[in-house]
Amino acid sequence: CEIKQLSDCLIRLLLDRRDGTRTSEALTPAAAARDEFQEELVIRPLHSGDIYASFQFRTLWDTDFLQEGQKVSHYRLFPKSLGQVLSKFSVRELHISFTQGFWRTMQWGQPFIPSPPGAELWVWFHDTVSDVDGNWKELTNVLSGIFCASLNFIDLTNTVQPSASFKPLGLGNATDHRFLRYATLPREIVCTENLTPWKKLLPCGSKAGLAVLLKSEKLFHSSFHSQAVHIRPVCQDEQCTSKAWELRQTLNVVFDLYTAGQGKKEWSLFKMFSRTLTEACPLATSSKVYVDITDNPELFELSPATPLLSQAVVLGDRRTYSVYDLSRAETFGQLRSLNLLLRWKGDGEMLRPLLHAERYVAGFGLQTGEIHTVIYNNHPYRAFPVLLMDSVPWYLQLYIHTLTVTSKSRDNKPSYIHYQPAKDRHRPHLLEMLIQLPPHSMTEVTVQFERALLKWTEYTPDPNHGFYVGSSVVSALVPSMVAMNTNFTQDQPLFSSFVPVKEESSYFVRVYTEPLLVNLPTPDFSMPYNVICLTCTVVAVGYGSFYNLLTRTFQVDEPSLPLAKRLANLIRRIRGVPLLT
Amino acid sequence: MGLLSDPNRRKALTGLLTRLNTPICIVCYLAGIVWFMGLAFEPFTLRTYMSENAMGSTMVEERFSSGERALSLAKEFDAHKRKAGGMPVEWLVKAMQSRGLEVFTQSFSRKLPFPDENKERYMVRGTNVYGILRAPRAPRTEALVITAPCSPGNTNNQAVALLLALAQYFRNQIYWAKDIIFLVNEHDLIGTQAWLEGYHHTNITGMEYSPLQGRAGSIQAALSLELSSDVITSLDLVLEGLNGQLPNLDLANLFYAFCQKLGVLCTIQGKLQRNDWDTAEGYTHAAQTMMLMVLKQACGRSWGDHGLFLRYHIEAASVRGINSFRHYKTDATTIGRLLEGMVRKLNNLLERLHQSYFFYLLPSLSRFVSIGYYMPAFGLLAVILLLRALDLWVHLGAPALAAVDGVTEAEQPSSPGVLTVLTPVVISHLTGVALYLLPVHLQEMAVEHFPVSETEAVVLTAIAIYTAGLALPHNTQRALYAVVMVLLSPAFTILYCVFIYQELIEAPVSVSEGWMLFLSVISQGILDHALYGSLVYPLLALFIYPCWLMFWNILFWN
Repeated sequence: CEIKQLSDCLIRLLLDRRDGTRTSEALTPAAAARDEFQEELVIRPLHSGDIYASFQFRTLWDTDFLQEGQKVSHYRLFPKSLGQVLSKFSVRELHISFTQGFWRTMQWGQPFIPSPPGAELWVWFHDTVSDVDGNWKELTNVLSGIFCASLNFIDLTNTVQPSASFKPLGLGNATDHRFLRYATLPREIVCTENLTPWKKLLPCGSKAGLAVLLKSEKLFHSSFHSQAVHIRPVCQDEQCTSKAWELRQTLNVVFDLYTAGQGKKEWSLFKMFSRTLTEACPLATSSKVYVDITDNPELFELSPATPLLSQAVVLGDRRTYSVYDLSRAETFGQLRSLNLLLRWKGDGEMLRPLLHAERYVAGFGLQTGEIHTVIYNNHPYRAFPVLLMDSVPWYLQLYIHTLTVTSKSRDNKPSYIHYQPAKDRHRPHLLEMLIQLPPHSMTEVTVQFERALLKWTEYTPDPNHGFYVGSSVVSALVPSMVAMNTNFTQDQPLFSSFVPVKEESSYFVRVYTEPLLVNLPTPDFSMPYNVICLTCTVVAVGYGSFYNLLTRTFQVDEPSLPLAKRLANLIRRIRGVPLLT
Repeated sequence: MGLLSDPNRRKALTGLLTRLNTPICIVCYLAGIVWFMGLAFEPFTLRTYMSENAMGSTMVEERFSSGERALSLAKEFDAHKRKAGGMPVEWLVKAMQSRGLEVFTQSFSRKLPFPDENKERYMVRGTNVYGILRAPRAPRTEALVITAPCSPGNTNNQAVALLLALAQYFRNQIYWAKDIIFLVNEHDLIGTQAWLEGYHHTNITGMEYSPLQGRAGSIQAALSLELSSDVITSLDLVLEGLNGQLPNLDLANLFYAFCQKLGVLCTIQGKLQRNDWDTAEGYTHAAQTMMLMVLKQACGRSWGDHGLFLRYHIEAASVRGINSFRHYKTDATTIGRLLEGMVRKLNNLLERLHQSYFFYLLPSLSRFVSIGYYMPAFGLLAVILLLRALDLWVHLGAPALAAVDGVTEAEQPSSPGVLTVLTPVVISHLTGVALYLLPVHLQEMAVEHFPVSETEAVVLTAIAIYTAGLALPHNTQRALYAVVMVLLSPAFTILYCVFIYQELIEAPVSVSEGWMLFLSVISQGILDHALYGSLVYPLLALFIYPCWLMFWNILFWN
């Protein structure tokens, strides 16, 4: 035990020496006591046999640069690169995610933190900012550098200001959507070069704690990979006397049963990440691993066993988790390493996700088409409203008069529609609707569009690949499964279960549909040469003959006589007889 | 460009054209024919090559090895098919699910306009089963399709089984960038049509189908697989699709490249490639192959399940296993590897197939004739029309010029007024419309009054209306011309095509068999139009036939 403490100290010293600012903070623990770092890993075995691992790293930064004139120069746990960005661009909230793959709601259920394929960025600025667009542009360029991503491709043509779908998640009650910017890059490919800068933001880097598991060769050998950074202001205490910045770094990954698990329903930390856990991050105040064992023991067995259990209502469902506290030495056992082992025993039925959406392009040909968004409400008896947000690039010219919303083959009139038409080459379409989904129904939203002809320099280098349209976003308060189950008397006293508990009665869910790949009419780019040759010829021939006809003076031509006649005429002229013609 | 602006030279040119019109036309015609037939001569054609860089020749290592398992699976599938008396939907769903695919079904029904006697069906009801292999870390934007029709009897079991074996093998691989859809469709083309319409949410042909539950973005390419025996001797590539559409040539190149790599005998139009191009037999062989392709394209029907994909801008081809009892045999593993290689190459695609040609003729799999080579032949034939028209125009203009000279000649023979022209035009076209509409609509009446089946009723009505059109004129003095006209009429052209086709596929038929084939060709043409939207029947009925009728009418002009 002592050895471990010693090593912790060493690591702390090493880390501190790396960063001069941190040393000064560490020397005065009283001043820095309120900076905090927590790490957490949730492992959820999925019914399909795949396994879902979700990392969350939470750094609290006890500073309040909302106040004017306060200069921030001390960074202890919070990464300096992000802190400077926050203060420079007057950011109130920042959410950025990089996702490779598509979350399969129907097989995997709801994710803890949803994200669309590609890159997504949404930012709330302070209401003191005068030039939001300018700040936004600069911010995207800076973030592009920090995360090694092509966020600099975000410009006004793919930025929207949603009026209702994206509310601030932190403190403050900002509702003026002029200070919100939202953009997605569906084509963004996420790989190791994005993971490395993301890992560098962690206080322990990838040297200690849960982050040692983040080995890129395993993380990218998966069905789904998503990493995100969320920054928001939060309360430091219950009375909210002081505020703090919260940096939440999340990484979600789903390992595939067949390609990563060799078809065996047997998972271990080593098999997933090719590492085991040996220690917590020394800077962390809490470091825990949760394993979802709600379906235990019917579905799988877990070893080593842990006495710690935790119950929580997560995404509307009451779940039980085994907790492994990494800050306690006994967690690691005799071998001084923790390698969780999960072995499936049978198959279980998954609860159908209550909300689910998909999207596709209907029709064929390169002139028109129709975007279909299908939203499923799988709740057996509760209707609930959802907010649908669609951002469509300007080169798909939406015919908004063809917008139809049908549920159960009946017209379903949205109670709120916010539509901002596109401006060619300047801004995309934005469509937000509040739709009431009847219970156990499929709601279909269709809108027709026409494909625009681009200017020839506007085509991408691979125009025949097609053009992406970002995911549409469905946000909803979904009635909870816990509240649905009125016959739930297992562990609860009767007096507590008659009226559904308010905060558990519904939960917030955001569902992203798949992005679309649309082919636009594409010219044959080798054609200009042929066209130039052809038009030059046609112009030369046509113009030449027209010009000839127009400028020539026509006169009656005296037919020239044959030589014999001319000779004869010469003689006749001499003789004075009329000439021959 | 003094030629047009100088009246003298212009006169000389028109003089030349009118004087030598007939010889020039004959020369053009012969040159066109010779040019076209010359295209089959190997030195005049280009060697095929892979244009698409992403599918460069042999970067893929094939490792599929469960061909034997596929064959035993085929027996199992056969047993279940017999038990279910059709498509064993439940078994297929389970089989696909156990291989880790997302499985969906689609049921469809279609009432044919009249019974199809070739395939013995009228009220068609069926189910398509498809499984989607989701590519890891891909956002469901692109997909490839492999389809195998589930046909009645014990045909095509091996194709379905190989499909399942491939699915199992593919599922364990990490390198997929596009989702792969494994589709088993019932009632061949009708099933494919229902699936495609469902996938794209269109309804072109009045099919009734249940909406699809699972999709995988825009489909980049499709392969249809037809195998009916455990061991095959050669693979045939079928490219001709609906309305003569062809997939990008790179798809054929891909198939050919893998056949070469794996040492599989490959054919096109069922004809093996020959090396003796400099002999007469070699040339005839290539010419036959090319003519077959022309004929198949001209008839406008889809020659395999792939044909319907082409309308949706999806490059597709059918691969058909043929067992012709040669001693050179290929086993299921090799075919699996061939498909694996092709699908992996298609998976590497960054853009839709667009680099290579879309209009081409293939005298063999390794040689192609691009549109730039065959269009001159067509141009030479088409220029005859222009020349004749010019000739007529000059002749029409000549007496008018004479009248300008001021000498009032005898009253011109009164040219027929517009109305006299209008009547035959309208009547001809109305006959065309009748030919297009009546056969299908009048079948019930015909069946009531005559002792024929519905199919016969439709075909015979069509022939009756067609012949009735000939009754328009009343002057029958030019019998020889009339006979020639009839022999050159659209219907006779179809009849010749039937015989030529049978001759080309080396299955010559007698006259009576040919007649029966002719009748079934008519009914198939009408059915193809109603079921899949093939354009040949309306083209013939509404355009070519009325034009021909007008000629017929002019022939008997008083």
